[in-house]
Amino acid sequence: MYKKMFEIRRFEEKVFELYAQNLVPGTIHLYAGEEAIAVGVCSNLRKDDYITSTHRGHGHCIAKGAELKRIMAEILGKKTGYCKGKGGSMHIADFNVGMLGATAVVGAGLPIAVGAGLSIKLRGTDNVVACFFGDGASNQGTFHEAINMAAIWKLPVIFVCENNVYAMGTRQSTVMLVENIADRAIAYGIPGVAVDGNNVLTVYEAAQKAVERARTGQGPTLIECKTYRHKGHSRIDPAKYRPKEEVEEWLRKDPIKRFKEKLLQPNTLLETEIRQIEKEVLTKIEEAVKFAIESPHPFAEEALEDVYA
Amino acid sequence: MRKITYKEALREALREEMRRDPTVFLLGEDIGRYWGGAFKVTKGLVEEFGDERVRDTPISESAIIGAAVGAAITGTRPVAEIMFGDLTALAMDQIANQAAKIHYMFGGQVKVPLVIRTPFGAGVNIAAHHSQSLEAWFMHVPGLYVAVPSTPYDAKGLLKTAIRGSNPVFFCEHKLLYPMEGAVPEDEYTVPFGVADVKRKGSDVTIVATLYMVHEALSVAKGLEAEGISVEVVDPRTLAPLDKHTIISSVKKTGRLVVVSEDCKTAGVSAEIAATVAEEAIDYLDAPIKRVAEPDTPIPFSPPLEQYVIPNEKSIIKAVREIA
Repeated sequence: MYKKMFEIRRFEEKVFELYAQNLVPGTIHLYAGEEAIAVGVCSNLRKDDYITSTHRGHGHCIAKGAELKRIMAEILGKKTGYCKGKGGSMHIADFNVGMLGATAVVGAGLPIAVGAGLSIKLRGTDNVVACFFGDGASNQGTFHEAINMAAIWKLPVIFVCENNVYAMGTRQSTVMLVENIADRAIAYGIPGVAVDGNNVLTVYEAAQKAVERARTGQGPTLIECKTYRHKGHSRIDPAKYRPKEEVEEWLRKDPIKRFKEKLLQPNTLLETEIRQIEKEVLTKIEEAVKFAIESPHPFAEEALEDVYA
Repeated sequence: MRKITYKEALREALREEMRRDPTVFLLGEDIGRYWGGAFKVTKGLVEEFGDERVRDTPISESAIIGAAVGAAITGTRPVAEIMFGDLTALAMDQIANQAAKIHYMFGGQVKVPLVIRTPFGAGVNIAAHHSQSLEAWFMHVPGLYVAVPSTPYDAKGLLKTAIRGSNPVFFCEHKLLYPMEGAVPEDEYTVPFGVADVKRKGSDVTIVATLYMVHEALSVAKGLEAEGISVEVVDPRTLAPLDKHTIISSVKKTGRLVVVSEDCKTAGVSAEIAATVAEEAIDYLDAPIKRVAEPDTPIPFSPPLEQYVIPNEKSIIKAVREIA
């Protein structure tokens, strides 16, 4: 899990760097700071389980096992990217690893996850679906419609709310009166649990229970993971709406730093082992960057392809 | 050949496809056990296929279509019913941003074999929220196919094609057509998308019409024959893909075009068809193109008001006479 978390962090830092060099068209929404959630949840999933993702989706892709080089190529708008350059940073999918795609409409992934859960039930397999979304999405109508539907049909879906306190610049407390989004689960008659989203072991345990519940036909769970993004909403956002003390406090709770400290306790991993893992990750990321930069752009006329199957 | 209603034809298509392919399933509000759909299209199917495959849903249009999208990209073939076409507005993100774009946006990685059935059309005094014809909204979204069957034969054949396909299909039905009878063979057949049907041959004027307006146009054609005006009626059957070739060939022959559609005139179905002919075949036209469509108003309730806005034989005849 440490390796995956570190991989996401360094990947995002690299994306930020490439953006600054004008190599990334459009915008980017970085996952840095929230790594424990994607990794803690996806470590409980099999390759043939599904996830749905959001505009802040690079971390989900990596955690579910998508290839770094093809993610990076997509972010750079290259033909070798997962979506042949048609999706970009906000729309990466890898159906080979059950990553059903990132939607950039806030809250739109929830009903789609329900549909994947319904399909699992109808086909009689024992897969599960993890559905990632943010605190902002929990104010969409689709949140209500989808969770209710999954609940009444006992579908194998794990609703994972990544509560990073701000929906763009809007603070959670100004747009909802409940402190825990997990409490909303009561309205649907399903378990709701709020956990420290910056502690990968806590997230892992909560997801483990929810996955077990889903896989054994007992229905969905809502897990709220309290977290914080290290950067602004998107590339153009300096996030001045966040008090300095708040940012500093959350940076102290950095999920990777905390997990590393835990791992360095006696009888777990040695510093040298961690360094080795980090080294391997950095090499892999350099390879991904090289692959993405050297890959060709799609031909302009390819814009007309793939509208229909 | 035996005659069955449009509604029965749709039901036959659903039944046959569900028997043929176990991954086909239906979902929608009140389509199952108690109602069999507000217009009874799915009546009786729950008895044969059970509640799992004929699935009653909460009143959650966005989740109905979203769930259908999620199911379609993971190995099943959902057919979702939205009780009235007007209510597709509630599910517009899932239809236009998700279903229609997933294949393209993800670089062709996955197919979205999804059918959304819904009735359009005015004429039964149920006012502004249950009477609209919104086909043009969906024609405007690349990635969707739009079917507009006007007869029981076309309804069954097009629905089968829709269910077997690899793309999201927005399947428009019409309230006034449900009880209408027509010849439907008992043997297996399908109707391909993008192939218009010349419902009546003629040489003086081409009328392109869809859904219920096909029947109004056919009545007009019959009436005008006595006056020596020969009208050809072309039914596109699908608006996306649109069979431009058949429409233009007809216009080349007659030199005159009237487009009849029940939706609002501005930026509507008739506008698109008229523009296509103007762009690609203007040299063959001997008169200006005429459009007969609803004025740009919501559908009113009171019968005289409602009848005033729906295109009818009278308004079609007037348009034909202006150019014939």
